Amino acid sequence: MARHVVARVDELDIGKSKLVKVAGRDIALFNVKGEFFAIANRCPHEGADLCRGQMVGLAESDEPGQYRMTRHGELVRCPWHGWEFDIRTGKSWCDPARTRVKSFDVTVTKGGALTEGPYQAEVFPVSIDEDYVVVEI
Amino acid sequence: MNEMVRSLGKETGLSTVGGIDCDLHPASPATKTLLPYLDDYWRETFVMRGVDRLSLAMTSSPARAPINVRSEWKATSGFAGDTLETVRSQALDPFGTRFAICNVLHGSMIMHSDDMAAALCGAVNEWLAREWLDKEQRLRGSIIVSAQNAELAVAEIEKRAADKRFVQVLILAQNDEPLGRRRYWPIYEAAARNGLPLCIHAGGSNRHAPTATGWPSYFVEAYVAQASIFESQLLSLISEGVFHKVPDLKVVFAESGFTWLPSFFWRADKTWRGVRAETPWVTEQPSDIVKRHVRFTLQPVEAPIGTDALARTLEHIDCDDILLFSTDYPHAQFEGLNALSANFGETLARKILIDNPLATYSRIAADFGKEVAK
Repeated sequence: MARHVVARVDELDIGKSKLVKVAGRDIALFNVKGEFFAIANRCPHEGADLCRGQMVGLAESDEPGQYRMTRHGELVRCPWHGWEFDIRTGKSWCDPARTRVKSFDVTVTKGGALTEGPYQAEVFPVSIDEDYVVVEI
Repeated sequence: MNEMVRSLGKETGLSTVGGIDCDLHPASPATKTLLPYLDDYWRETFVMRGVDRLSLAMTSSPARAPINVRSEWKATSGFAGDTLETVRSQALDPFGTRFAICNVLHGSMIMHSDDMAAALCGAVNEWLAREWLDKEQRLRGSIIVSAQNAELAVAEIEKRAADKRFVQVLILAQNDEPLGRRRYWPIYEAAARNGLPLCIHAGGSNRHAPTATGWPSYFVEAYVAQASIFESQLLSLISEGVFHKVPDLKVVFAESGFTWLPSFFWRADKTWRGVRAETPWVTEQPSDIVKRHVRFTLQPVEAPIGTDALARTLEHIDCDDILLFSTDYPHAQFEGLNALSANFGETLARKILIDNPLATYSRIAADFGKEVAK
């Protein structure tokens, strides 16, 4: 496992996502209410880019005709067929056991700390005062 | 006679002795026959208007159409299955039937007048109780109702449910609106409250074209279209949340066929994944809901006979609980006594004949249990 610096925190606003390439893999990075999450970018259904999906809430109901939106912005809808994936876990809502994408640990770290640790920041000139998103693969 | 017809004739079915026939049709009664079972208002006005001379049988099932009645079951006078004696000698005795559910398909189920429909449905149910169920212990009844007025349908269900020989509520597949819609929910709640499955039988009002593309010209089109009608109704029940709202409801599809289920499952499950947020009360894939709540009568089986195609279809359906034995008497769906194809195998045949019907019809199970205890 290695830690990869993939973005500066201020590059990704709340409610936004972006594609990052880490160690030859395509990873979808999301900012959910200030927290960062990373999942494999490829939808297991037909291969669409999950980083291009809408970040949505979870629609729930206690009975027909009643609607409740919870977990705002915590799911991503695949841009092709609308399957929903939990950004926190990579599991699909409809079939969490079998239809899922890999989820990666993400941390936010000060540039100053990065220059000292075992980080791979090949594409980033790291500045001591900035915050960085670090994905562990 | 071509090869296929010849092989159909030769097929050896499995024994049906001791089975529960979940779809048997006594002939729709002549309107005059119903007069004693109507109240004095309807009796007098029917005679005054000549309604007693009309046939109120449904036009989708003309008595002389070749597939509607098997040639050896045709009545010399009157209609096939119009006397208890013929039903005994042609259906109950030869198949060794333990119990048979009488589904009387009558025009009252689809009449425009709410009140006349309810009066006639009530009369048919009373006629069935007096003329058939009182006289033959093997027969059970379906409470026919007109779905268009839920309040009147509920009243009939509540009244008739006290008679334990009525084992389900019967409506038709084509109605004014898709069957999942809320106007029909009181009917489903009344059925479930009384422990009665809701049977949805092929046919209906034809207030809409039976195909989604418009009016067809020929019976073959209308008959084949029934499968797509059932598919639409099944998805309506699921999507509108009927099984969420009435979790105890069991639904029986009669004469719907079932070999269309695998493609329905695949398409419904897959599409649900993409658009399920629109119906957030549907929290399981449609196929799982069907397997828990919906059953299908056996005949007509629309699969090639004498091949393993049926076994492959059953593998795709992946549920041994959903088929209920039926002869669909007196309609012509198979030859001889071969209502139960050998392709089912002995184990599944037993489930289809006995176990699945008993699990579906608690009222029959109660009587079946009493007999075993004796």
